[in-house]
Amino acid sequence: MDLAVSKSWRQAIGRAAVALVALWAVSAVAQKTELLVYTALETDQIKAYEDAFYKAYPDVAIKWVRDSTGVITAKLLAEKANPQADMVVGTSASSLAVFSNEGMLQGYAPKGLDKIQPQYRDPKNPPEWVGMDVYGAAVCFNTVEAGKLNLPKPETWKDLTKPVYKGKIVMPNPASSGTGYLDVAGWLQMWGDADAWKFMDALHDNVAHYTHSGSKPCREAGTGEFPIGISFEYRAVTTKKGGAPIDIIFPKEGLGWDLEASGIMKTTKKVDAARKLMDWLATPEAMALFAKNFAVLAMPGVAKPLDFVPADYEQRLVKNDFAWSAKNRDKILAEWAKRYDGKSEPK
Amino acid sequence: MTTATVEALSPATATRIKPIAHWHDRLSQLLLLGMCLALVVFLLAPLAMILVKSVQDRDGAFVGLQQFRDYFDTPALRQSIVHTLSIAGAVTAITVPLAFSFAYALTRSCMPFKSTLRLVALTPILAPSLLPAISFIQWFGTQGVLKWTLGGASVYGPTGIIISSVYAAFPHALMIVLTALLLADGRLYEAAESLGTPTLRRFFTITLPGAKYGLISAAMVVFSYTVSEFGIPKVIGGNFNVLALDIFKQVIGQQNFNKGAVVSLVLLVPVLVAFVIDSTMQGRLQAQFSSRAVPFAPKPKPAFDVAMLGFCVTVCTLLLAVLGMAIYTSFIKLWPYDKSFSMRHYTFGLVDGGVISAFFNSLEMAFFTALVGTVLIFGGAYLLEKTRGMSALRALIRLLAAIPMGVPGMVLGLGYIFFFNHPDNPLNVLYHGMAILVISTIIHYYTSSHLTAVTALKALDNEFEAVSASLKVPFYKTFFRVTIPVCLPAILDIGRYLFVNAMTTISAVVFLYSPDTKLASLAILNLDDAGEIGAAAAMATLIVAASTTVCVIYAVVTRFLLVRTQAWRRPVTV
Amino acid sequence: MPQAAASKDSYLKLESIRKTFGKFVALKGVGLAVERGELVIFLGPSGCGKTTLLRIVAGLETQDSGSIVQGGRDISRLPAMQRDYGIVFQSYALFPNLSIFDNVAYGLVNRRKGRDEIQRRVSELLKLIGLPDAGRKYPGQLSGGQQQRIALARALATAPGLLLLDEPLSALDAIERVRLRGEIRALQQRLGVTTVMVTHDQEEALSMADRVVVMNHGVIEQIGTPEQIYREPASAFVADFVGKVNVLAAVAEGGGRLRVGRLLLEGAPGAGALSTGARVSLYLRPEDVMINGAAAAMPNTASAKVTKVEFLGAFCHVTVELAGAEEQPLLINMSRHAIDDMKLCPGAALSVGLPPECMRLLV
Repeated sequence: MDLAVSKSWRQAIGRAAVALVALWAVSAVAQKTELLVYTALETDQIKAYEDAFYKAYPDVAIKWVRDSTGVITAKLLAEKANPQADMVVGTSASSLAVFSNEGMLQGYAPKGLDKIQPQYRDPKNPPEWVGMDVYGAAVCFNTVEAGKLNLPKPETWKDLTKPVYKGKIVMPNPASSGTGYLDVAGWLQMWGDADAWKFMDALHDNVAHYTHSGSKPCREAGTGEFPIGISFEYRAVTTKKGGAPIDIIFPKEGLGWDLEASGIMKTTKKVDAARKLMDWLATPEAMALFAKNFAVLAMPGVAKPLDFVPADYEQRLVKNDFAWSAKNRDKILAEWAKRYDGKSEPK
Repeated sequence: MTTATVEALSPATATRIKPIAHWHDRLSQLLLLGMCLALVVFLLAPLAMILVKSVQDRDGAFVGLQQFRDYFDTPALRQSIVHTLSIAGAVTAITVPLAFSFAYALTRSCMPFKSTLRLVALTPILAPSLLPAISFIQWFGTQGVLKWTLGGASVYGPTGIIISSVYAAFPHALMIVLTALLLADGRLYEAAESLGTPTLRRFFTITLPGAKYGLISAAMVVFSYTVSEFGIPKVIGGNFNVLALDIFKQVIGQQNFNKGAVVSLVLLVPVLVAFVIDSTMQGRLQAQFSSRAVPFAPKPKPAFDVAMLGFCVTVCTLLLAVLGMAIYTSFIKLWPYDKSFSMRHYTFGLVDGGVISAFFNSLEMAFFTALVGTVLIFGGAYLLEKTRGMSALRALIRLLAAIPMGVPGMVLGLGYIFFFNHPDNPLNVLYHGMAILVISTIIHYYTSSHLTAVTALKALDNEFEAVSASLKVPFYKTFFRVTIPVCLPAILDIGRYLFVNAMTTISAVVFLYSPDTKLASLAILNLDDAGEIGAAAAMATLIVAASTTVCVIYAVVTRFLLVRTQAWRRPVTV
Repeated sequence: MPQAAASKDSYLKLESIRKTFGKFVALKGVGLAVERGELVIFLGPSGCGKTTLLRIVAGLETQDSGSIVQGGRDISRLPAMQRDYGIVFQSYALFPNLSIFDNVAYGLVNRRKGRDEIQRRVSELLKLIGLPDAGRKYPGQLSGGQQQRIALARALATAPGLLLLDEPLSALDAIERVRLRGEIRALQQRLGVTTVMVTHDQEEALSMADRVVVMNHGVIEQIGTPEQIYREPASAFVADFVGKVNVLAAVAEGGGRLRVGRLLLEGAPGAGALSTGARVSLYLRPEDVMINGAAAAMPNTASAKVTKVEFLGAFCHVTVELAGAEEQPLLINMSRHAIDDMKLCPGAALSVGLPPECMRLLV
């Protein structure tokens, strides 16, 4: 009996040892650092960026958590006490500035930071966030419906306040849409408080409704639901390419804008891997991929002209101070809500 | 057996006898305790967290009622209360008479096609609430073919919210009123007829009073449904603010969770009031139903029957038009400029866009909700009704089981964020997972399923457990051999109910999903948000298709499989 | 009447059983002994505590205090699972989804008996209850009486030491009830199983029981054979509850005489011990009243006038007014033949005798 038991014991130990060695061998090959990255990038963009990054850094694996800017921002703030993410990538610089104010990010200067334009990164040194590309305001104008309704094509922001456009304009609500907020922040920084609010008062009289997303106004312009939609240029271009009868207008006074930007969470335990991704995002290779979707990049000299986007697009952007816009966000939204939330409803 | 025991039993000492608990009893009591604990953790604690957050500022400092003062100082938010209540009032005022007329036609006329009409009238349950909103935009929006009927008014805003909500709430009201009318005692009508009471008078003296509690109950259900619904106003509401939307804006738009907590408490008030009224009415409805009542059998009256048929066919046509428009929208190329047939919203919009995974997530979520929910809810109801001991705990569980119906999904969802994302909560591993979606959905729809289970169990002989104990058969054996087979129809019903609701729910889960666990109903919301109406309609169509499939399977299973397991229901065949 | 003294080897002994539900006292310290093989019936109006007592014996309720000993084993604190009894309920409580065979075999399967043994036992039981071919049917396909027979077979299948019947016949129609009454009694005697049954039907109790336990308001009013209960009720409640009885208000006159109205009655047992002027109730069963010829030789005779004749099938209730005690109408049981013979109708006169040995005096 005793002998039999000890024999089977030995066999078991032997088998376990073999299994352990095999397991170790497998895990050594698969030993990658997994980064949990929150992002507001489009799904198809993620695929392209990820493939290129893996070629450069095969030892890092990315687990993406993708959603709209508003949701990603809300999620990160909600999880502030117990952050899940290691990094935020491709999310609005306004949001990253908020995270920075909340002390949620850590500074890191990626290799090649010197090639990034100063207005497209966190001014702190080292920066807590670094930009990727610029997206700015654009107006979608449905030519078919405009023809039916006899609407002239607007060229400026001020044009949109003309009575002829009453009830014809849709714009994103700055409280729930990052695009809406970049418009409002752009106007305020371009014209100063008094003039900007006066303009918004007048615009408000013409707005049919405020949407919760920045894409929807352009989509609604595309289907003719409302002939004019204040949106951003990436969505305007995709809508037009999808066959919608729209013209894309870049109002002459200047365009509010924001960045797709990235930063490392202060609480991450995977600093090395996160820095690798930050490094890669600031390379010319990465910028070349961004250039397929965006006309203005954080690194000069890489961008290529895009269909429907004017060559001087970058010159039309207003001066934008993200720190200011993050700091005053609550105040601006409260003022906006006071002015338009309460009285904007149809009776 | 020992003398010591006998001495202790002498009445003079009067110490209460403590029965020796069999391990079966201990087991059932342990399970009951577990059930109570689960309800406390997954229902009570999250709700309590909302109360806590409503008196704190963003940094967690206690600020008393400051948040409430701020809230009521904001005219826009105050206005939402008025909006919410007036919309809900209007929807109730339209839906209940509509549902009553439909139910009246089904129970009091001899029109043909009754079962088909009833089936069609219940189809809105299969659709996510966003479907009617999208569909009505297509019908009545700027490019809609029926835009002229609104006479220049816009469908965006109260009009759209009201008609969409009526569509979504109609079947819920119909089921309640139908039950109330079916319970009416036919003998009352026979008596009235023998006395020569005119039809109209019979209607006002017998039919209406008989259905009174059912009507009030239906009104309350429609009212709280409309108050709690946030998807419809989000899609078709334009700038018309309602409370549910305010919570969403505060939480998702402004990341102001504490203000969200305040608004959700404000939202809770009308729903709770409606809930209390409803439970009172339900109680009276049950009491009114005497087991000796003779079902009413209508007699043919050609003119009346034709009129009723006309009415029901009209209602059903409208309901199908809503569903049909959504399906149509999902299959055309570019609304409204290129109406040629296209699968691009499915292939390009859903599959290539990576959104299709949300549909499979929904299927998975609905499957587990139905499976786990049915087991927990039916098992819980069984422990509650059929085991012995711990009567104080039972009272608490009964109370807890009734609460979810009075809590809007968004409020529950917000409470879940607060509770399950707390760093000190060991359960925060659940956060972001499929499990929390399943749990929140089960809790959200707990009450009706629980009531279905309790009703089925109460119909069983109360002494089954006593008989098995006397035969030395463990209670769980009787549970599996007798209770489950006999209650199988109710159990399947609960499973179907949970599945269909899990497929369409958005309110509780909107704060809880992670990108890995995004659900189809939420994908509709996001697609609509991005202006992708076609893809949103495609996703809604998929949901309807999935729910319909499950209902068809349910029907087939109940018809054929039950014939075997329920052979005992058949009357004497010899 | 004192409680029957428990013999040493009584099969079931209950001592000082007390049970409260909140503030309501259901049982106020009840004691009782049941002999082996005996059929004891708890009889009483609803709410008297009889069902509670049965459920305490079954372990379905727990007494607040008091002890239960069954077959020499103290089972006071044992859960139902560990007690030894079979039970039949008013509602039959047959498992509707199981065949009759499976219902009867329910307790046997769990005891790991062989398939053949179970088969044999079930058919034996089905034969015993007179439904040998019912095995493959379902409960819903049987009549109420048949279902209750099945419930009985199921309870007896495991050969328990004690059979508990909780209002087993109450859900049945009158004919089934009478038929099953006899069958249960015969079966019980044949098997010799100690049985406790609960009923509110006095006829059932008197016809079936070895002994009847009359209960009221949580106490035992009397324990005795049906004969004792009927003939010698120990309390006004028992006399009233069991059978029809005339209750006459009487005053002791001394010397063993009683006065009812202006009427003097003699010879009632126990009347001599009463002090003069004491007020008592005189109980007399309607069938004990003698009439005309039979009454002639009796000490307590009075003339009477018929006020009402109620036809009840086999016999009739005749209400009379006694001369001298008109305010206390007297009920008499008579056969239809006797009434026809005497041509009794309201207004008719007759003489009535009240036999002293049938009288009972209760305070």
